[in-house]
Amino acid sequence: MTAGIRTPTATSTQPATDPASGTAADRVADPVGRPGEAAPTTVGTVDTPGTGTVGTAGTPGGPPPARHLLSAADLDLAGAVHVLDTAERLAQAIAGREVPKLPTLRGRTVVNLFFEDSTRTRISFELAAKRLSADVINFSAKGSSVSKGESLKDTALTLQAMGADAVVCRHPSSGAPHRLARWVDGHVVNAGDGTHEHPTQALLDAFTLRRHLAPGVTGRSGLEDRTVVVVGDVLHSRVARSNVLLLSTLGARVVLVAPPTLLPRGFEHWPVEVTYDLDAAVRRADAVMMLRVQRERMEGAFFPTPREYTRHFGLDERRRALLPEHGVVLHPGPMNRGVEITPQVADGNGSVIVEQVANGVLVRMAVLYLLLTGGLDGAR
Amino acid sequence: MTEVPALLVTGARPYGEEPTDLLLAGGVIAATGPDAHRHPAADGARRLDATGLVALPGLVDLHTHLREPGREDAETVESGSRAAALGGYTAVFAMPNTDPVADTAGVVEQVYRLGRDAGLVDVQPIGAVTVGRRGERLAELGAMATSAARVRVFSDDGDCVADPLLMRRALEYVKAFDGVVAQHAEEPRLTVGAQLHEGEVSGRLGMTGWPAVAEEAIIARDCLLAAHVGSRLHVCHLSTAGSVGLVAAAKASGTRVTAEVTPHHLLLTDVRAEGYDPVFKVNPPLRTDADVDAVRAGLADGTIDVVATDHAPHAVQDKECEWDQARPGMLGLQTALSVVVATMVRTGLLDWRGVARVMSEAPARIGGLADHGRPLAEGEPATLVLVDPDAVWTVRGTELASRSTNTPFEGMELPGRVVHTVLRGWPTVVDGRIAAAAGVGV
Repeated sequence: MTAGIRTPTATSTQPATDPASGTAADRVADPVGRPGEAAPTTVGTVDTPGTGTVGTAGTPGGPPPARHLLSAADLDLAGAVHVLDTAERLAQAIAGREVPKLPTLRGRTVVNLFFEDSTRTRISFELAAKRLSADVINFSAKGSSVSKGESLKDTALTLQAMGADAVVCRHPSSGAPHRLARWVDGHVVNAGDGTHEHPTQALLDAFTLRRHLAPGVTGRSGLEDRTVVVVGDVLHSRVARSNVLLLSTLGARVVLVAPPTLLPRGFEHWPVEVTYDLDAAVRRADAVMMLRVQRERMEGAFFPTPREYTRHFGLDERRRALLPEHGVVLHPGPMNRGVEITPQVADGNGSVIVEQVANGVLVRMAVLYLLLTGGLDGAR
Repeated sequence: MTEVPALLVTGARPYGEEPTDLLLAGGVIAATGPDAHRHPAADGARRLDATGLVALPGLVDLHTHLREPGREDAETVESGSRAAALGGYTAVFAMPNTDPVADTAGVVEQVYRLGRDAGLVDVQPIGAVTVGRRGERLAELGAMATSAARVRVFSDDGDCVADPLLMRRALEYVKAFDGVVAQHAEEPRLTVGAQLHEGEVSGRLGMTGWPAVAEEAIIARDCLLAAHVGSRLHVCHLSTAGSVGLVAAAKASGTRVTAEVTPHHLLLTDVRAEGYDPVFKVNPPLRTDADVDAVRAGLADGTIDVVATDHAPHAVQDKECEWDQARPGMLGLQTALSVVVATMVRTGLLDWRGVARVMSEAPARIGGLADHGRPLAEGEPATLVLVDPDAVWTVRGTELASRSTNTPFEGMELPGRVVHTVLRGWPTVVDGRIAAAAGVGV
């Protein structure tokens, strides 16, 4: 496969048991994604099993441009840095304008395909697309043919027929954007799939972290050897999965803190440390990322009571005070104030939660821009 | 029985051993070797060239979903029978999770009759253990046993008989007619919302895991129950290394337990779920390489008695969707023998006698089919399959006889090809094509 692709799990999966199994052939074997390659010359080339649309080996003159952003693992170091740098450049370009809008994607159509309510993510993508002058169509499951039983495939083919250049997909089923990518020619951006991933959230988190922990840095990660503590329901969190992948790609150290019931099996294969002691983790953190606790987890016997959860895994002012001076607090939102985070911490010193929202628009602009303008070449 | 035209099979290698000729007449193997040519029926007998082909007793599948009645868009008894015959089978056991459920004498007799009408394999219905497979009260097991379908195997497959008291009663009750309960071992509380094997892959793909312990806990419990009441237990589609150990221990202590493994659990692992193509969604789920190694070893050493397909056709729309919306299950009838050749024969774990044991003799014995799984010897039923052991073929779902195409082996090159299938002297498959209905029920 090509340089932009990174398959962090290839080394942890098992070898094929026999030639007939074909599993070896299935596996995309590019363990490192050539991070040493000179300049940030590629937005991560995307190729997931199943889509298989790009990424044929050894394309002369470098990797083909990205087609989709389905997983944070689709970005190698150079690709991730390039997205962050592009977001910075877009921020500057917009800052100098009376009307905060660039003509870049004029005439292109971006469809927000939301099978799940998420007003904030939809609005963020909508704003991102509009600031690039794209036409935006919001297609939400409620009040549409989807709620009448139309299949994902039919929805995809409909959008295809209407000429969508990019489809931003939010879906309650893990892997739905991967399926969608098989049925549409346009670029698919995963805007959160089930309990799997939310790659643009990880990008906006990394962007926010870089601005605070490595201000002014471009051309490289800036998060090398920084420690980011991710706290809460890792098992069900697409934000956590994408952040683990992206932050480790960017060279940061990720520490997961969660009750054992909310850690997925197999996390020992992840590039993370795990601890149950939040106080100790916070003391050595450069950033703490609090995950939302879903109400259904509170009723699903994952922990005895919300109160006990808060006591062990919530961020209050006492714990906040353990964070080093330069440390920042993140939350992907929406927050359960008083459960995983107190209002004082959410609104207090070191909280960058509101910035995350603003940065989300910039990062999504960068992703749409790079995907729709042929990745790299257009960004130069 | 109507008169079966005599058939002279030449050059076949029974169990892969020395080549010989077989004269099939009157529904039985009338003579073998040089005697086959001297037999009175040899004159004018149709000849079937089997030079170089391995002869095995006709295969018996203890675990097939034929979907009729109810989901004739996915499979019918007729289409499933064609797939079975082409896969080398001469008998299949039809699981009762149809609509309506095969939980009464009426429904099992309907399936039985449809099988006879199709006339390509013996279709032996399995009866549901509980009414509607709801796990609440016993279905009329005795009525199904004494029906024309003569049901001996009972299963709520697709769902587990989770209530321990109900399972105990079922095990006890079927003793009266030497029945066996075939358990779908899945502790339902441990698998709420489960999508694939709980492990590294499920954690990474963000899908609810189906833990090995959910299978193993039920197998352990059921082995203890079967020992306690002295009944026969059959474990469906055993899939984990831990389960192999539990069954081995139960057998060692004298418990009357048998177990099956599916071809897909002999070959595929959970990494197939990467890409989220639901063709790889199955229940129990694909496991890990360690589990694959364990079930192969268990099959080789006899801990696992049977390879059963769990052939589970699904309509396109039930697979061409999101993973968690898709129905679990995969096609198996036409690929089972080839997968066994690839995973067990080519690896040296089983010889052809072993293949006959796990794909014909043992399933026939467990399911109580006296005319199947018999030795290839004079006087025995002329029910056999002839296999080209060296042929390699590429699996294409659209080329399979099933009404569905959900094969997990799509595009794979597999060794071993069924050339001829013969049921009681009637060739049902000749040169890899359906020959004619065999007049099964006549």
